[in-house]
Amino acid sequence: MDWIESLTTAWNGLNANKMRSGLTMLGVIIGVAAVIALLSIGQGVQESITGSITGAGSNLLFVAPGSFQMGGVEAPSGSAASLTYADAQAIADSRNVPDASIIAPEFTGNTQVIFGSANINTKVTGATPEYLTAFGMEVSRGRFITEGDVSGRGAVVVLGSTAASDLFGGFDPIGQKIKISMPGAAGGRVSLTVVGILSPQGGSRFSDPDNAIIVPITTAQTKIFDGRNAQGESVVTSVNVVVGNEERVDAITSQITTLLLRRHGFKPGEEGDFSVVSQADLLATLTQVTNILVVFLGAIAAISLLVGGIGIMNIMLVSVTERTREIGLRKAMGARKVDILTQFLLEAIILSLAGGAIGIALGVGIALLVNASGVTHAVITSQSVMLAVSFSVAVGLFFGIYPANHAAGLKPIEALRYE
Amino acid sequence: MIKIENMTKIYGSGEAEVRALDGVSLEITKGEWVAITGPSGSGKSTLMHIIGCLDSPTSGEYWLNGAEVSGMDDTQLASVRNREIGFVFQSFNLLSRVDALQQVMLPLQYQRGDKRLPRNERAKRSREMLELVGLGDRTHHLPTELSGGQQQRVAIARALAQQPSILLADEPTGNLDSKSGAEVMEILHRLHREQGLTVVMVTHDPKVAAQAQRVIHFQDGLIVEPQQQGVA
Repeated sequence: MDWIESLTTAWNGLNANKMRSGLTMLGVIIGVAAVIALLSIGQGVQESITGSITGAGSNLLFVAPGSFQMGGVEAPSGSAASLTYADAQAIADSRNVPDASIIAPEFTGNTQVIFGSANINTKVTGATPEYLTAFGMEVSRGRFITEGDVSGRGAVVVLGSTAASDLFGGFDPIGQKIKISMPGAAGGRVSLTVVGILSPQGGSRFSDPDNAIIVPITTAQTKIFDGRNAQGESVVTSVNVVVGNEERVDAITSQITTLLLRRHGFKPGEEGDFSVVSQADLLATLTQVTNILVVFLGAIAAISLLVGGIGIMNIMLVSVTERTREIGLRKAMGARKVDILTQFLLEAIILSLAGGAIGIALGVGIALLVNASGVTHAVITSQSVMLAVSFSVAVGLFFGIYPANHAAGLKPIEALRYE
Repeated sequence: MIKIENMTKIYGSGEAEVRALDGVSLEITKGEWVAITGPSGSGKSTLMHIIGCLDSPTSGEYWLNGAEVSGMDDTQLASVRNREIGFVFQSFNLLSRVDALQQVMLPLQYQRGDKRLPRNERAKRSREMLELVGLGDRTHHLPTELSGGQQQRVAIARALAQQPSILLADEPTGNLDSKSGAEVMEILHRLHREQGLTVVMVTHDPKVAAQAQRVIHFQDGLIVEPQQQGVA
């Protein structure tokens, strides 16, 4: 038999049993499509999460008050009022931390923001003018918080682009007054004038800056929230430090740590009541989390492959009786073992390749659909395609040839009598 | 053309040992029509399968057209089956879901060497063979669309497609009603008469056996009374 003839025989064999061929191919298709789709989604989620961190720049440091312990229950980091505005000013002093280029303290809390009938519960950030440059934000209309706003506890507010459209819908927010609830027992409202709108920026730093509602830090500390500790010092929830030279991140981390340990009365080397976290640290932590996600999706994909493989195996083993008799007959007509194996190998190759191709198309299609839906981001990698195809083709080939190999080794009469 | 000496075929071992052939010697000459009869389990089908190279003997010698078959390997046996032997089974053994023309072409695919028919002539040969068995108008029918007798005639056409020197038929009429059986027998007779085909046939129907030139009777793995008869 030559190749064309072997191919024709294999094709006729597949064509004569469309149901069996289709079901076998389905196993390959499901396996390949599931692996490609799931791995693409895992990869996409990982990239979009880490991308948002690195997008904010890897030269950022966050100084946050250390969490305090209460009866073994650890309160969330930032809940202790241990980081004061004076600490932030000390960090900003270039004699203490020479390499820090921008210091942007903030006081952030959650509360209700009201305009007319629009009422959103959101995060309100008290900031200084440095905040804008620290996070690479841009003002699209109006202005940002000024030094004057900060020193005068100005009743002004700057809105992120999404926050502006959520509150005001279509019309111009500049000059309008919004009300912000004072949380706690007092329960009053503060009225603020909108002075600026930020340009849309996209996600970064976990929270969406487009949703930001930014007021002068002093306004947040005194008018909206209660930003004082037991000693009556005004406190901050975080100090954002932009490092001029990325290579100096570690040096500055230790400079700030030393400074704050001294200011808070700890001995050098002790664990203080604050933490200094770099963007890289956050990235490392998040990467661990997303790696678990990728492994999890990979495990689901592996199960899909297994199920697909079992599907192929079932079809092949169920048809083994019929096929064994066919092999017996072909041998009785003068087929050699090699003729039989060639035919079955080609059948398996055709099924695996066709199934693989359809599976790739389906998997890529699902990934693109996920992308288009906007639910999450999916990134198709060549590794996931190769993994899926090679595994499924291997399963297809193995289970395609395995029963045939046994039957081809039988004497014709044994194969013909097989039941 | 067929020469078998002291052949045994033993299934199982120890207590369960079955001697299907217990030292059989036999000769069949070219152009002969031989019927092998005997009760079931007497070894007649086993002998048939060994002659057809579908099975191998435990011991003994088998010469076919001067070549010793008993020492051949798997590939050589495949070649002998393809070139020398056409086999007709009791249960037809047609491929399901394949039409009559392609059934007959099946052995032609596996031809090797100088007897190999070019691809474009195979359909022609296949059609001729179907015409020979009276199924020229059934070339594109599937086995399920043919009667038992027609299926067996397709099987005969297939057995003869590569022009073998011997036609072996194992109970060819066993699964057929008497009318279809008679038709099949008529075709075999015609082929034997017109083409000088050597026919070896297993049957337990005395009427069918009586049509042969020679009847070999089997009992318990042995030939009991070789009989010589006139042309039927």
